[in-house]
Amino acid sequence: MSLSLDDVRRIARLARVAVTDDEAQATQTQLNRILGLIEEMRAIDTSGIEPMAHAQDVHLRLREDVVTATDRREAFQSVAPEKENGLYLVPKVIE
Amino acid sequence: MVEKSIKQLAAALTAGEFSAVELASEYLQRAKAHNGVLNAFITIDEDKTLLEARAADALRAAGNAGPLTGIPLAHKDIFCQEGWRTTCGSKMLESFIAPYSAHVVEQCRKAGLVTLGRTNMDEFAMGSSNENSFYGAVKNPWDKLAVPGGSSGGSAAAVAARLAPIATATDTGGSIRQPAAFCGVTGIKPTYGVVSRFGMIAYASSLDQGGPIGKSAEDCALLLNVMAGFDERDATSLQRDKEDYTRDLNQPLKGLKIGLPKEYFAEGLNAEVASAIDAAIAEYKKLGAQVVEISLPNTRVAIPSYYVIAPAEASSNLSRFDGVRYGHRAAEYSGLADMYEKTRAQGFGWEVKRRILTGTYVLSHGYYDAYYLQAQKVRRLLAEDFQRGLAQCDVIAAPVAPTAAWNIGEKNDDPVAMYLEDIYTLGVNLAGLPGLSHPVGFAKNGRPIGMQLIGNYFAEAKLLNAAHQFQQVTDWHTRAPEL
Repeated sequence: MSLSLDDVRRIARLARVAVTDDEAQATQTQLNRILGLIEEMRAIDTSGIEPMAHAQDVHLRLREDVVTATDRREAFQSVAPEKENGLYLVPKVIE
Repeated sequence: MVEKSIKQLAAALTAGEFSAVELASEYLQRAKAHNGVLNAFITIDEDKTLLEARAADALRAAGNAGPLTGIPLAHKDIFCQEGWRTTCGSKMLESFIAPYSAHVVEQCRKAGLVTLGRTNMDEFAMGSSNENSFYGAVKNPWDKLAVPGGSSGGSAAAVAARLAPIATATDTGGSIRQPAAFCGVTGIKPTYGVVSRFGMIAYASSLDQGGPIGKSAEDCALLLNVMAGFDERDATSLQRDKEDYTRDLNQPLKGLKIGLPKEYFAEGLNAEVASAIDAAIAEYKKLGAQVVEISLPNTRVAIPSYYVIAPAEASSNLSRFDGVRYGHRAAEYSGLADMYEKTRAQGFGWEVKRRILTGTYVLSHGYYDAYYLQAQKVRRLLAEDFQRGLAQCDVIAAPVAPTAAWNIGEKNDDPVAMYLEDIYTLGVNLAGLPGLSHPVGFAKNGRPIGMQLIGNYFAEAKLLNAAHQFQQVTDWHTRAPEL
């Protein structure tokens, strides 16, 4: 299947990436070429095959329920674009 | 000084022939002299480097030096390093000073290795040519019109140009092996789970794996000893006994069975690459190896499977770049959603956006089974192919890329053409196997050619052994470009 311009705009909105009309058009062509490449895979018979998420059959480890992290709020917030009193500032979302 | 192996440098430091400060200064001088043209480094910070070098000298003076204390190295700009700008090749992280260090960086620091700088890379490790860096393309030191490969192009170029004796790198779909091949150096991607991904900025988490790039297999083995090891902060880090990857370097290769996958030597492989690999196989035979033909029948679908799984995971991983907690934020916006959209539109380059959009699409409602689940099933078929192949041989020998390095700009406007170049490297990541690339010659235009060795899970020492033995009887790995 191939993506329409509206599909591209919808995907870009889902991905939270602004695209101009020109960019959407160029992206449409390229994404359709990429999907064309991917299409070949869909014809492979995989009935009865278990999907493989990871190379090693790892299970999540459990650890002791004790504090291991130290408080490094200041260091981690030092790289924030906008902050105040230890809080991250974002545009107002509730009027 | 800069042609010495890591072992020779370490011996000279121990013997007091030069200090860690003198050694780091020599490399810094070279890096400063040539980086303007090669663009292998995104960040060089002389003061920080010399501080680390002085600490290494002090450690040695106190009698506490380890085997690699005082050896300089370059870190790929994907590993967070506390106090250093860590950009991941992106505008998004242009002014990001990492507040903590990756496990790999910590391990290197504990071993007394001295950071020379942060190497250039394709943005968020997405690319096969290093042209996708926000900080400009890296030039191949062998031919400045050629790409160095990607995404660890800066690390490979820095080692090839002798701007660093060794470097860290990462490999999600070939990003260690392919630039190593294009720049005439050696690199190894370990088994998935051997090197911790903690603090390594994520691209495709089920495929990403760190590893070394060096002048030789021996140098790579020494750095892998430092990089590898269990780390509880990475959920996929494997809890295994510590290995010495140099332990088998000197084993003879008599009786080694090398498998040649017929699908890798079929249509599409450039004749010069094929003949350089033939010649290398003949050397391996002289060393006592035997050759068998094997088959990896699903090779072709490695590309579509990878270009579903990697973008899907990338679209999820890169959702963290939202302009709130770190990184770029758009200067003007009308609300929260608009801030996200503008921040990400400005902060990401087009290859990254394409992969995010592809990933968003294949994971979107109604398409998951047809794309992501199918890709994971194909992934198992590929892994099973490798197990059948490796049941017939000890290691698989294969090309790294269909051609030697192409020209800068040549494949820039066609992402699919670039993706097709990854045909021989992607399978190893999808199966989670270790893969090594070492130089085996040059194309007529002077650009290096590499060969890949693939082993079963945890066969790193065997791959390094084979490459080291090859490097004892050949000199491709000692050739250095004229700068």
